[in-house]
Amino acid sequence: MTDNNFEPKILVFCCHYCAYASADLAGSMRLQYPAGVRIIRTPCTGRLETEYYMKAIENGADGVLIAGCLEGGCHFIDGNLFAKRRANAVRDMLEECGIEKERLRMVNVSAAGAVNLVQFIFEMVDTVKQLGPNPIKALAVGSKQ
Amino acid sequence: MIVAQRKKIPVLIDIINGHKNVLVLGCGTCVTVCLAGGEREVSMISSALRIASKKAGSVIKINELTIERQCDNVFIETAAEEIKKNDAVLSLGCGAGVQAIAERYPDKPVYAGLDTAFLGILESRGVWTEKCAQCGECVLADFGGICPVTRCAKHMLNGPCGGSREERCEINANQPCAWQLIYKRLKDIGELDKIKKIYPAKDWSKSLDGGSRTIIREDHRI
Repeated sequence: MTDNNFEPKILVFCCHYCAYASADLAGSMRLQYPAGVRIIRTPCTGRLETEYYMKAIENGADGVLIAGCLEGGCHFIDGNLFAKRRANAVRDMLEECGIEKERLRMVNVSAAGAVNLVQFIFEMVDTVKQLGPNPIKALAVGSKQ
Repeated sequence: MIVAQRKKIPVLIDIINGHKNVLVLGCGTCVTVCLAGGEREVSMISSALRIASKKAGSVIKINELTIERQCDNVFIETAAEEIKKNDAVLSLGCGAGVQAIAERYPDKPVYAGLDTAFLGILESRGVWTEKCAQCGECVLADFGGICPVTRCAKHMLNGPCGGSREERCEINANQPCAWQLIYKRLKDIGELDKIKKIYPAKDWSKSLDGGSRTIIREDHRI
């Protein structure tokens, strides 16, 4: 089922204060990760609405990773806690839609956790490779309702 | 306010199956407040329906619109154009809203996307509890503002039953004993003597048990 040439397209929502700083550090450290991984900066993971995750999958993303601050260390106190609850709710909804819930995952990293972030990214890429491409990708890409 | 919750996506897909263009219609009042059928929920459910229908191999065009209220003609009219463009309407309003839309657009199938549950309030963030059973003859004045019909598992008007344990109901330990609450409240407001009043059997004909109800205000009729 898994095509060896399948390069998953993964969106990583990174909070500005921890995860994005961590991704920046990964860049400085010349840590490599697959090119299909795209980072989107957000002030806080708590800013992310559940609609964004649904839209990402609807528009063909193979996986979505939400990277926030360590619990207790959120710059906005509890933004990452809300993000966690929302991620869980969307995972349940994706299951109802017939999409594997493992395609959406939330992780927590510190600003210095570049190695951790890259490891999470690789884990996500591996998971999504196992699952295969987004089942609705063929109908989603390039199509607008 | 009216509290409802969404139906599961596979159930909704079954409901709208066979149509080519479906309008998911939200309501800006009660169901927005209980986070079941407002503009944001319309967006979520529409995305979910697109994903689920594509996954199943059928492509249904899902359109989105939220109007202020689905139970008033003045607001329903604002949806007229969109409804005309679609084969069917999946209403995320309460049961009253769904039926009002169906009445105004009798040539369109109008489906309910929510399970309308109860009249209640927001207890704490993300938690809604039932407060009123719409029995048609409110007795709250005699019970310190706590409804024994809704909140007592046995709907007793002459409680307590004596079965409560540590202030919890013997039927459902997850809920407090309503009569314990009534006793405390009547004591706090200095009306404890009301608890001695004996109520005759409730006239349930005034509730839905007596048939679907209509209220008419002659002074407002043209």
